[in-house]
Amino acid sequence: MLSSEIKYCEIEFGKCNKDLLEEVIFYGMSLGADFVEIFLENTDNSNILAEEDYITSVSPSFGKGAGIRIFKDKRDGFVSTNDLTKKGLMRAVSQAIEMLDISDKTNKEHFSGINELKDYSTSKKSWIGQIPSINEISEKLIQSTNALKKDKIIVRKGSYSRNWQEVIIASSDGTYATDIRLHQTVGLNVIATDAQYRSNGSRRFGSSGKPNEFRLWDHEKAANEVFETSMNMLYADYVEAGQMPVVLANKFGGVIFHEACGHLLETTQIERGTTPFKDKLNKKIAHESVTAIDEGISSGSFGSLSVDDEGMEPEKSILIKDGVLKKFISDRAGELRTGHKRTGSGRRQNYSFAAASRMRNTYIAKGEYSKEELINSIGDGLYCKSMGGGSVGATGQFNFAVEEGYLIKNGKLTKPVKGATLIGDAKEVMPKISMCGNDLELAPGFCGSISGSVNVTVGQPHIKVDSITVGGR
Amino acid sequence: MKAKEITSQISKSAEFLNLIKWDFGASFSNDYSVQVEKGIAKQLKASQKQVLTIRVWNKSNLVGITSTSDISESGIQKALNQASIASEFGNKNESTDFSPLAKEPIKVQEVRKRSPVGIKKLLKILREAELKLLDSHKSITSIPYNGLSESFYERIYANSDGAFRNYSKSQAALYLYARAEEKNKKPRSSGSVKLGYGVDDIDIKSCISEASTKTISHLNYSSIRTDKYLICFSPEAFLTMVNAFSSIFNARSIIDGVSLSNKDSIGQQISNEALDIYDDGLNEKNITSAPFDGEGTPTKKLCLINKGKLENFLHSESTARIFKTIPTGHAGLGSKVSVSPDWLVVKRSDQCTDLNNALNHSKYEGEYVYIEELNAIHAGVRASQGSFSLPFEGWLFNKGKKESIESATVAGDIQYLLKNIVNIEIQQEVTTSGISPHVWVNELSITGDA
Repeated sequence: MLSSEIKYCEIEFGKCNKDLLEEVIFYGMSLGADFVEIFLENTDNSNILAEEDYITSVSPSFGKGAGIRIFKDKRDGFVSTNDLTKKGLMRAVSQAIEMLDISDKTNKEHFSGINELKDYSTSKKSWIGQIPSINEISEKLIQSTNALKKDKIIVRKGSYSRNWQEVIIASSDGTYATDIRLHQTVGLNVIATDAQYRSNGSRRFGSSGKPNEFRLWDHEKAANEVFETSMNMLYADYVEAGQMPVVLANKFGGVIFHEACGHLLETTQIERGTTPFKDKLNKKIAHESVTAIDEGISSGSFGSLSVDDEGMEPEKSILIKDGVLKKFISDRAGELRTGHKRTGSGRRQNYSFAAASRMRNTYIAKGEYSKEELINSIGDGLYCKSMGGGSVGATGQFNFAVEEGYLIKNGKLTKPVKGATLIGDAKEVMPKISMCGNDLELAPGFCGSISGSVNVTVGQPHIKVDSITVGGR
Repeated sequence: MKAKEITSQISKSAEFLNLIKWDFGASFSNDYSVQVEKGIAKQLKASQKQVLTIRVWNKSNLVGITSTSDISESGIQKALNQASIASEFGNKNESTDFSPLAKEPIKVQEVRKRSPVGIKKLLKILREAELKLLDSHKSITSIPYNGLSESFYERIYANSDGAFRNYSKSQAALYLYARAEEKNKKPRSSGSVKLGYGVDDIDIKSCISEASTKTISHLNYSSIRTDKYLICFSPEAFLTMVNAFSSIFNARSIIDGVSLSNKDSIGQQISNEALDIYDDGLNEKNITSAPFDGEGTPTKKLCLINKGKLENFLHSESTARIFKTIPTGHAGLGSKVSVSPDWLVVKRSDQCTDLNNALNHSKYEGEYVYIEELNAIHAGVRASQGSFSLPFEGWLFNKGKKESIESATVAGDIQYLLKNIVNIEIQQEVTTSGISPHVWVNELSITGDA
């Protein structure tokens, strides 16, 4: 099965590396590993920034690297390197084996070579040639900052980021796959001032696997949205703190589910014992109006993948069905250590991170109510039209900032308010999501966690939370 | 490839490509880390990494940049080529040049590089630390976040004008975050981080003790009523706050219009006159100190706030030129050169007549909120507006009793906070991000569940 003559002494992207990869994996198995995985990455990225009427930064970058992971029993050793020669990869395997201090040379799994290459990149090889040139991007970014040249706006920024990534994944269970990923984002930021008043406005748009998407971006519409937010918030009062019902807008409002619940359904949290949902499979953890999904298959969505970073095709996972917990988000280590089947969710920022169970496109499914019905159902409360970032702590407590908020009085939207932070506990908030709207929309974002920053989509329809702590002044 | 070799390779390739003016920053690192779970090795990690960032100036004196992990001859040539292409889109509105201080002599620091102890020893130390922390109290059920790491790295800066600087260092870190649970109560969590030049320099005992004490002290918790409170910021929390609003001292942020300061703010009273703040990257307690910045400018101690007045801004080469001053050693190499503080030192000035010295965290018996740690800075700080609304870990103290606060935020305005400092304790403490005493502030809004 194994070739005695290795044709290549260094990994070549875009070519067949089967013999070299088999030799490296075989070497690891011969030293007693139960499982060997090789992740190879070739990147070509670019960031461009426009400020006011000028391009102020163009930052290209490129690189190559390998991440090698060895499992023995339930332990794993991970080594990353920029050296993609046979010698460099063998050295990385030796280092991982040595770290694990393997004395038992018997393997739990047998290695009989890797499969024929599963090439997910066939239709994607031309992408790098189709994406807009620096010149084209620069022109459009300047157009977008020009569209923000309005009264009271003192800072105008437009930014573009492109990440092109070619990966090869090979492992001792026979996995051998290659793929090309392309992510593009574009964002607008403004600061508005008037005397002592100051406000910010920002929007970010993103796509995966669509080289022409930036060309189709409606920069004027985006500029108007950002301007409108900054003007609405410019004279806003600070929100009065307290417990109150809230309506969270669709799209990026989904960050509440991502932070408050999604992270706690990753198997890494079960491994750590930091999720309150560990023993809640098939039990009710949320209001019956809540059905939540995590998937990697929606065409063009920011968190979509053809294959995850462990070589598995992503699946659509229904995490919560009518309030009942149905599934956890799992990767290879998660399956090994918790018993939950892999869901095609093994993800990493780049070769220097071991893959971990991570969300992809995660959203609450649509319900039956209109946005107005949700707002009308509240006496006094808060409408969170636009959300900032958030985080979740080791005990499930979460928080996130409200970028654009409005008070609800007697079931009607009234004045804008700023400075609000939503804080709570996942276990307590999920049963309080009592109404879901019929206007599901998704929004791109970046999620930072154990395996680095990965592209994700958050989403939801408008939802009503019966009561939550709103931090303010 | 070593420092001199890579410089020579870049010089040769630049000459071949007819690029006359260039500079670069490079780093090479080897990192090792371990995590454990109840005595069992969970993930053992090693990485070898190299990053090269090259800037070139074209004939119109516009700058282009490229970063790569490929430092082979072909990788360097490709990077120079890409930087050359990028230079066509260089910033025409603001020029960049070599730092005038890039060849200035550097104060030589004692080399504190340690030798690697290896994964086996890292694992042994972390296992023992985890076990001791688990044994320290019956309510501590797990140490979900833990790690011990050691890093060895070299950094280089060089340019076509003959500047050449390099240094190499070692660094180790231990973090232990414990989770404690009691029947019919919510789980509570807290922890501790310690740094050292090497693993043998880390104060493991105090890391375990701090993680245990902090976690246990949060077991007796309750909600706090929403109101305005007298606040005592721990040294770590106060430094977090100052760092979050460091755009106040940042010349780059001022030029970009995202700072609360402006070019004429030097000399303005922005705080209680008892406050002094320095940036002191070379402080002997700073494990992560670097002798020069991304542009090769030597690191130096700089007074930012003197008796409550803005004294200096942090500068890169280009911001210094715009402000008609000299670079301060705070630049990060990039297409748009960033500016950031190194290591803040906060202290009570000698102008402290109106402080309330009775406010001392170890003696004061009145009601106050002690903020130990601020969280979610990225989400809750609006640096350009000066506002913050942040979750925190802390306690409510009253009549000598302390009770952990469950799920609360502190909100306010940095300008208000700095002007309403009512005491700066004398005793300073060293943290992972700087040095500060406890700082007391009057009347900040706390939101709680009660």
